[in-house]
Amino acid sequence: MNHPQEATEFLKDAANAKWHDDTLWFVRDKRDKVSKSVPEWEKLRNLASDIKDNVLANLETYLVEFEKNAKANNIHVHWAKDAAEHNQIVLGILNEHRCKAIVKSKSILTEECHLNPFLEKNGVEVVDTDLGERIVQFLNQPPSHIVLPAIHLKKMAISDIFHEKLQTEKGNDDPYYLTQAARKHLREKFLAAKVAITGVNFGVAETGEFVVCTNEGNADMGVHLADVHIACMGIEKIIPKREHLGVFLRLLARSATGQSITNYNSHFRSPSPGKEIHIVLVDNGRTEQLAREKFRNSLKCIRCGACMNTCPIYRRSGGFSYGSTVPGPIGSILSPGIDLQKHSSLPFASTLCGSCSDVCPVKINIHEQLYEWRQEITKAQGTNAKSISMSIANGIFAVPFAYKLSASMMRGALKILPESITYSGLNTWGKQRDLPELPKETFKDWYKKNRK
Amino acid sequence: MPQVNKIGLFIPCYVDQFYPNVAIATLELLEKLGCEVVYPSGQTCCGQPMANAGYERDTVGTAKHFLKTFKDFDYIVAPSGSCVLHVKEHSPSVPGLESEQQVTQHKIYELTEFITDVLKIDSIQGSYPHKVGYHASCHGQRGLRLASASELHETPFNKARQLLQQLEGLEWVELTRKDECCGFGGTFAVTEEALSIQMGKDRLEDHISHDVEILTGGDMSCIMHLQGIASRNKQNIQFKHIAEILNEAIS
Repeated sequence: MNHPQEATEFLKDAANAKWHDDTLWFVRDKRDKVSKSVPEWEKLRNLASDIKDNVLANLETYLVEFEKNAKANNIHVHWAKDAAEHNQIVLGILNEHRCKAIVKSKSILTEECHLNPFLEKNGVEVVDTDLGERIVQFLNQPPSHIVLPAIHLKKMAISDIFHEKLQTEKGNDDPYYLTQAARKHLREKFLAAKVAITGVNFGVAETGEFVVCTNEGNADMGVHLADVHIACMGIEKIIPKREHLGVFLRLLARSATGQSITNYNSHFRSPSPGKEIHIVLVDNGRTEQLAREKFRNSLKCIRCGACMNTCPIYRRSGGFSYGSTVPGPIGSILSPGIDLQKHSSLPFASTLCGSCSDVCPVKINIHEQLYEWRQEITKAQGTNAKSISMSIANGIFAVPFAYKLSASMMRGALKILPESITYSGLNTWGKQRDLPELPKETFKDWYKKNRK
Repeated sequence: MPQVNKIGLFIPCYVDQFYPNVAIATLELLEKLGCEVVYPSGQTCCGQPMANAGYERDTVGTAKHFLKTFKDFDYIVAPSGSCVLHVKEHSPSVPGLESEQQVTQHKIYELTEFITDVLKIDSIQGSYPHKVGYHASCHGQRGLRLASASELHETPFNKARQLLQQLEGLEWVELTRKDECCGFGGTFAVTEEALSIQMGKDRLEDHISHDVEILTGGDMSCIMHLQGIASRNKQNIQFKHIAEILNEAIS
C-alpha cells in the first residue's frame, strides 16, 4: 500500500474530494462547537488521559479483576492472543448453538480480525446492523471511517445499492425513504438471528460489566432478540470504575460526531434467564504495542474518529487510501506496529500539523508518534539512497563552508538551467508550483556588507 | 522594555538563500525595537528537513554546530516557528553538550513571541492600510502555541494578531478555517505532492474568497509553497513575512 499513490487517485475526482473534505470538516466544526459548550472540556481530557495511563500501567491487574467480576455475573470470559484465535472462539460458540446466521453491531475489532470473511467461509451469514456498515457490506467494502463507515458514499450511490439489494425505487435518494427500507430489511434479520455480536466501548473492571454505544440502537435490538450475546473486546478497552464512564461518555460522542451523548449507551452486566453472554478479550498485538515505550499510549484510543475528521490529509485522501483497518492519524501510529513494511508510508502521510493531538479526547500525542515512527521506519529500511543523501546533508550542514558551497551551487544551477528542465518531472516541487525568484545575494552576503 | 543585549539572529537556511529581505526585515525590526542583534555568520541549518524525513539520528553534527554557534548569546531569535520548534523539541541529544542544549532550548524564540513575551512590547506605532490574511503555520500554532488552537477550549489569543492589529489601517481578515494546514510539511510537499498542492490551493481559496490583499505569516516555508501555487495559477494575492510588514509599518 502506498499512500501518495492512493491519495493522488482520490484527488483526481476533484468535486468528490472537495465534497469529502467539506463533509468531514462539518463534523469537525460541530465537534469544536460542542466541545466549547463544556466549560471543563480540557479538564475532562486530562482526566481521561490520566485514567487511561493508569489502565495501561496496570492492565494485567484490571483485566484479571474484570474477568473475576464478569464471571461472578455469569458471563463466559474467553481470551484470544490474536485474530485467528478470536475468530475460532466466536465460531466455536456459534457451532455450539448450531447458529448459521448472526447479526453484528459495529465493532472495529472484528474488522481488525477479519471476522466477517472468516465466518462466511464457514457457512455463517453475517449481517452488519449499523446502517453505514450494512451499506459498505452490500458493496463488499471495508468501512472507510471507524465511526462513519460509509462517509465516502453520496446519497445516490446508496440509493443505487439499495435499489439492487433491497428493491427500492430506482433514483429515489430521499434519506427517510432509504432508512425506512433499511429498517424493514434489518428487522427481518434481527428476528431471525439466534446470536448477536457486538463490540465493546468500555469494560468496567470493578463491576465486570461493559458498555456499548450506538446511535441506532442496533446493538440492543440484536442482543435482546438473540439467545446468545458475544461481545468482542480489545484488552485496552478496560476502565477501572463505573464512575469513570462519567468522563468517557461525555467525551466520546462530542468528539466523534459533535453530539452531546450517544443515543444508546447500553450497559450489559449479566445474562437474562436462559440466555448467555460471552466476552472475548483480544490481544492481537496490543501487548507488543504496550511494550513500545514511545508508542504505548496509542492504546489509550477510544475510537472516536475525531483525528480523522480533523486531519487535512484524511479529509482529502479518504479512508481507503490508508489500506489499514483503522485509517487516519491514529491508524498511522497503530498500523506500523502490526506490519511495519506494509504500512511504512503512513507515518509520512502527515505534515505533522498537530491537529490530531489537539482534538484527541484522551490526549494521545499522535503527531509526535508519527514523527517517532518515521525514525523507526528509516532505521528498519537500512541504508538506501535517501539515507545516504541525508547523511551527506548532515555533513554539509555541520560544516559551514560546505553548506555555503553547495547552496551557491544550487543557486547557480537554478540560474543556469532553462525553465523546461527546472520544471520537468525531475523536480516534483516545480510540477504545480513556481520556485521563488532568486535574489541577487544571500542574507549572509548582505550582512557582511551592511553590518559590522 | 527590558534591556536585551545579546541576541543571536538565527536565519533558516532557505530564508538566507531565497528570502534575504525577510532576514533583513527581521534584523532591522529588532534593531528598531532597541535590540542589539548579531548574526553569527557560521550558522547553517537546524536539521529539521532531515529529522522530519526520519533521519533525526543523522543530525547530531548539525545540532552540535548550532549549539556552538549560538552558545554566547542571551537569546536566539528566528523568523520561523518551525525551525525554532525543531531546535526546542527534535534536536537529537548531543553527547557532552546536554546542559548547553537545555539552555539553548530555553533561550530560543520565534520572532513574534520574542516581541510579545520577552520584549513585552504592547504598543507598536505604525501604519499599514491593507487587508491582511494571516496564515497560522502549524509548528508555530500548535507547537510553540503562538495562538490559541481552534481545537482546544481555551481563551482566544494570537501573538501575531496582537502585533498586527495595532497598526493603523490594517484590516485583519477572518478566515473560514483559521488554522488549517497549508500542506507544505517539508518533504511532504514532494513525497505527497498531490495532497500538498490540494491543501495549498484550499488555503489560498480561503484567503482569496475573503478578498485578502496580502497573505502573511511567520514561516516562509509555508508562504513559499502558497506563493508558488498562486504564482503558477496567476492568482492575484501578495505574500509577505510578518517581519516585513512590521518593519515596513514602523519606519
